[in-house]
Amino acid sequence: MTVLDSRVPDGPLATKWEDHKFDMKLVNPNNKRKFEIIVVGTGLAGASAAATLGELGYRVKAFTYHDSARRAHSIAAQGGINAAKNYHGDGDSVYRLFYDTIKGGDYRSREANVHRLAEVSNNIIDQCVAQGVPFAREYGGLLDNRSFGGAQVSRTFYARGQTGQQLLLGAYQALSRQVKAGSVELHTNQEMLELVVVDGHAVGIVTRDLVTGEITRHSAHAVVLGTGGYSNAFYLSTMAMSCNATAIWRAHRKGAFFANPCYTQIHPTAIPSSDEFQSKLTLMSESLRNDGRIWVPKDPDESRAVADIPEQDRDYYLERKYPSFGNLAPRDISSRAAKVVVDEGRGVGPLKNGVYLDFADAISRLGREAVADKYGNLFDMYERITGENPYEVPMRIYPAPHYTMGGLWVDYHLQTTIPGLFAIGEANFSDHGANRLGASALMQGLADGYFVLPYTIGDYLAPQLGQPKVEVTAPEFDEAEAEVRGRIDHYLGVGGSRSVDWFHRELGKILWDYCGMGRNQAGLEKALSEIPALREEFESDVRVLGSAESLNSSLEKVGRVADTFELAELMCRDALTREESCGGHFREEHQTEEGEAQRDDENFAHVTAWEWSGDSASPNEHREALVYEEVQLTTRSYK
Amino acid sequence: MAATAPERSKRSPFIVELYRSALGKKYVMAITGIVGLGYVLAHMIGNLKLYQSAEDFNLYAETLRELLYPIAPEGLVLNLLRGVLILALVGHVVAAAQLTAMNRRARPESYRSKRDYVAADFAARTMRWTGVIVLLFLFYHLADLTWAVTPLHEAGDTVYDRVLNSFNNPASAGFYILANLALGFHLYHGVWSLFQSMGWNNRRFNHWRRTLAVAFTVVVIGGNLSFVIAVLTGVIS
Amino acid sequence: MNLTLRVWRQAGPDAPGRFETYEARDVSPDSSFLEMLDLVNEDLIAQGEVPIEFMHDCREGICGTCGMMINGQAHGPQALTATCQLHMRTFSDGDEIVLEPWRATGFPIIKDLVVDRSAFDRIIESGGYVTVDTNSAPDANLIPIPKETADLAMDAAACIGCGACVAACPNGAAQLFTSAKVAQLNMLPQGQAERYDRAEHMVEVMEEHFGSCTNMGECEAACPKGISIDFIAMMNKDYRKAKFRGRRSA
Ligand SMILES: Cc1cc2nc3c(=O)[nH]c(=O)nc-3n(C[C@H](O)[C@H](O)[C@H](O)COP(=O)(O)OP(=O)(O)OC[C@H]3O[C@@H](n4cnc5c(N)ncnc54)[C@H](O)[C@@H]3O)c2cc1C
Ligand code: HEM
Ligand code: HEM
Ligand code: SF4
Ligand code: F3S
Ligand code: FES
Repeated sequence: MTVLDSRVPDGPLATKWEDHKFDMKLVNPNNKRKFEIIVVGTGLAGASAAATLGELGYRVKAFTYHDSARRAHSIAAQGGINAAKNYHGDGDSVYRLFYDTIKGGDYRSREANVHRLAEVSNNIIDQCVAQGVPFAREYGGLLDNRSFGGAQVSRTFYARGQTGQQLLLGAYQALSRQVKAGSVELHTNQEMLELVVVDGHAVGIVTRDLVTGEITRHSAHAVVLGTGGYSNAFYLSTMAMSCNATAIWRAHRKGAFFANPCYTQIHPTAIPSSDEFQSKLTLMSESLRNDGRIWVPKDPDESRAVADIPEQDRDYYLERKYPSFGNLAPRDISSRAAKVVVDEGRGVGPLKNGVYLDFADAISRLGREAVADKYGNLFDMYERITGENPYEVPMRIYPAPHYTMGGLWVDYHLQTTIPGLFAIGEANFSDHGANRLGASALMQGLADGYFVLPYTIGDYLAPQLGQPKVEVTAPEFDEAEAEVRGRIDHYLGVGGSRSVDWFHRELGKILWDYCGMGRNQAGLEKALSEIPALREEFESDVRVLGSAESLNSSLEKVGRVADTFELAELMCRDALTREESCGGHFREEHQTEEGEAQRDDENFAHVTAWEWSGDSASPNEHREALVYEEVQLTTRSYK
Repeated sequence: MAATAPERSKRSPFIVELYRSALGKKYVMAITGIVGLGYVLAHMIGNLKLYQSAEDFNLYAETLRELLYPIAPEGLVLNLLRGVLILALVGHVVAAAQLTAMNRRARPESYRSKRDYVAADFAARTMRWTGVIVLLFLFYHLADLTWAVTPLHEAGDTVYDRVLNSFNNPASAGFYILANLALGFHLYHGVWSLFQSMGWNNRRFNHWRRTLAVAFTVVVIGGNLSFVIAVLTGVIS
Repeated sequence: MNLTLRVWRQAGPDAPGRFETYEARDVSPDSSFLEMLDLVNEDLIAQGEVPIEFMHDCREGICGTCGMMINGQAHGPQALTATCQLHMRTFSDGDEIVLEPWRATGFPIIKDLVVDRSAFDRIIESGGYVTVDTNSAPDANLIPIPKETADLAMDAAACIGCGACVAACPNGAAQLFTSAKVAQLNMLPQGQAERYDRAEHMVEVMEEHFGSCTNMGECEAACPKGISIDFIAMMNKDYRKAKFRGRRSA
């Protein structure tokens, strides 16, 4: 076990980043065009990075498996983006945002990164407004804010229920401008299937064109992964269908350490599934919790219609357990509380798999108009999906896998353990600790892409000035390509009897049951024996039809699911190793008498980073100690 | 790299530039359409003299010819107006043909299954055909009344006679009715559509655009059809 | 419920296509349209037949990836709804459903129900942005924007780039998509500097790929985000002005 060096600069927390920007090596503007950078992913993180790098003068090649850079999963974010603008004078500040994020992450994140994130949050809003992002405004014409899960100040900027869409389109447009200007070469419909490492440095990737099946090699001076999160390991999640971990997993197999894979966020407000063929879960924005009240009947055998259940027979359990935060308690806490009441048999809906999110009070207090104004599109969406009208009957919600705090381990420069390989956005593990606060992922993705990586990557590149990039004819590229072709041929040749989706769904069930909202040793050990068994079956019994030379979504999926199998094992192993409860990771053995998460700062105030050993059953564990200079570790309390 | 707006390449005169684009052609359609609208409205109003007497009507046709005479030579103003009309018509038809060709190229293969239109009404979908009917009608109409060379019926000495002879002939009257219905559909969509094409858009008056289209169509086509019916029913004889 | 599907199958861009008939059995009315197709595909795989390719990703009506002609309507019969948000309760037991890809020269067919919409990206690249480099923006609250303008800009910005407008338009015109972006940016103070260049360039690139608008309004009716054709008029106006300005500055 080695101790990882996070390369956090010295000096006082408040000025670390500014000072460090000055200390980092610079690439002279005229020299920037001598460097080529590959950016994989055009979500918030990838698109903003590629656009900014292009503006700076680097030659950028951007890749996405989507048919357009505008479709990345970031587009689905509904709620909003945080920033410490304090436009409303309610006492917000960079420090408070920093503090809230550290606390929200249950003291498992790196202070310096989080502070930097809070610092640049304000620049993000400025940048996006200048791009023409139509954030919500007040009648006076100034920007509007709302408060969001886990925060006691209004610091969330939003664009109706489509904040992620508007921010992504802003970044996509900035990227399009660079494409037009010729500084960014955009490759759509291209999936990265292998990372190429030469002499320990990341120098390129191998991609498959999803439309023609063509396999291509690309080399550069550095590679950036902004490829998103891995919640789809659970099969049912709020992620877009094609989100997957292949890019980061391939990098992991080439030597990038994977940090905290067990930190997964289960979002409290998704629509419960209606049957077993459901393909994905739909999130109802967390902002709904500002005005909706969450409850279940007190009696498990309640049989009256919702409207006929009198107040005294309803259990507003969040308000009861957490009086000061109530319905706005952080995600991990709200999710677990919902699981508790559903496990008690008090769930609502035909499958008794949800809890009510009730707007009756809000409607009588604010009027239907005002509620429609705030949440109209969300209500419509709910009605389209469920066929129920939330103005009349309460919504039904239930937690769903939503975000992964874990990801590739990166240092303060956002560089992974492979020099020249950077990870940004949800793909890295960096800023959210064991739990991410609402509206902070968009902030982190854009902070990384617009304001952090473009500086730190220069520090890596500057010393390489004058060195040509590695040619794609290098033997390492031959190997990587052979590897990719081998996998494709293998899966097309298995000729088994079950579809890829079937295996994915089965794998998802194992993860959800044993590595979901509650985890315990026995369950995790069970999962660690079931996953490899299922995987063996998968390798010999999966059926992929069609050819490799044309669009073939089964073929795309099979490789992704294969990687997910290995990742799933690592998630369980990490969860088993972390003998404490923190944030999204709840080990049932470690809880207080009241059933709250119990951290063990003595033994687990560290990041666990796993190294691929060649065998998914025995990864090597490494640690980065988390040193808190600024904040006092306390027990999170939202009571 | 901030370079964005590509260098302006050398420009042709702005009208040519404009016309090169499909949107430019649409402006031409709309502006020539407006000329046409003005004409059909004025023409209908002028023709109301049919209800007064043959003399009045013939005098009116005569006066048109002497418009602004003696300031301008006899027939000049009428011929100028004719010139504008012909230009407008040619412009309108050529632009329509070019746009139609472009739209065919944009969807060379139609849907194999039956399309279920939601918003596009009959009038909107048949602009090309109603336009062609109106064009054919124009040739017939000129041959019929202006050049007096119609094959369908006896011509007549005065304009008034020719109108009566024409409308008393069932085939000829039928064609007039058909053509006016076609024109009606054309106007119903056209008058609304030109606001969109010209970019005359204002949320305060947008809902009046349809009303205006209906009113205009009813007045012009109602008037025109009334002449045919009046002759057929003997109100005018 | 049980349904009969007639689905357009086409092996590749240049391959001939044809309708194939499939049965969808035991479909839950609560399932989404795409989940119904998933089920049909599972059946096909079980029978050793190559599954139907269709486009989708978020399945929440926001990414704009999904889309097909369903019974002659882009995104199917329910207004303001993308294909992925269509639910089977909109149909009845025993219905026949005909599925076709978007058809337009600007959207070549890739396979089955999948088309290539990269022409939309070309349109955005030609001017669908505000030129502002990272790190050069003034404070976000420096320019107040009337709520009404911000809201209208948001109405336009809601476009998801699905292409239903082109698919539905009898002329294969992309006026609604293009105008939504032109209008959003041209309405906001941030977009003023490039207002006329933007209108000019975007319209011209649009016309290289797509047909021309004859104000049919089908696009608006098919649009899952209810983008208004008022924006088309706004774009037309700015384009005209761009040409006038162009004449003066030439
Ligand atoms: C329903 C929902 C709502 C959310 N709401 C909010 C919110 O309100 N506020 C908030 O702050 N956060 C929210 N989040 C979280 C947030 O949206 C995401 O964490 C964030 O958008 C991730 O951005 P990203 O750029 O890292 O990745 P993504 O947006 O997932 O982008 C990944 C990109 O990588 C590409 N890619 C991936 N793998 C490959 C490969 N192998 N080859 C080529 N390309 C590849 C993809 O094509 C894509 O372009 C929400 C998440 C969900 C699921
Ligand atoms: C008296 C004669 C005519 C009048 C008054 C007239 C009027 C109009 C008007 C006002 C428009 C709408 C313009 C726009 O939206 O841009 C229009 C459109 C059109 N006209 Fe005519 N027109 C006449 C004759 C014709 C003829 C002879 C043809 C063709 C042979 C024709 C074909 C069309 C077509 C194809 C359109 C485009 C439809 C559209 O823009 O929606 N028209 N016409
Ligand atoms: C039923 C209705 C109509 C009647 C009674 C009518 C009658 C006439 C008459 C009497 C003339 C004059 C001929 C002359 O002086 O030599 C004329 C000319 C003309 N009419 Fe009509 N008309 C009718 C409808 C239309 C319509 C619908 C159009 C166009 C779409 C039209 C277009 C013309 C034109 C272009 C001329 C030639 C004008 C000229 O001399 O330059 N008319 N019409
Ligand atoms: S305008 Fe509407 S239909 Fe057209 S691409 Fe945008 S969202 Fe789709
Ligand atoms: S349907 Fe087509 S014709 Fe115009 S108004 Fe819409 S683009
Ligand atoms: S799949 Fe994203 S909009 Fe339908």
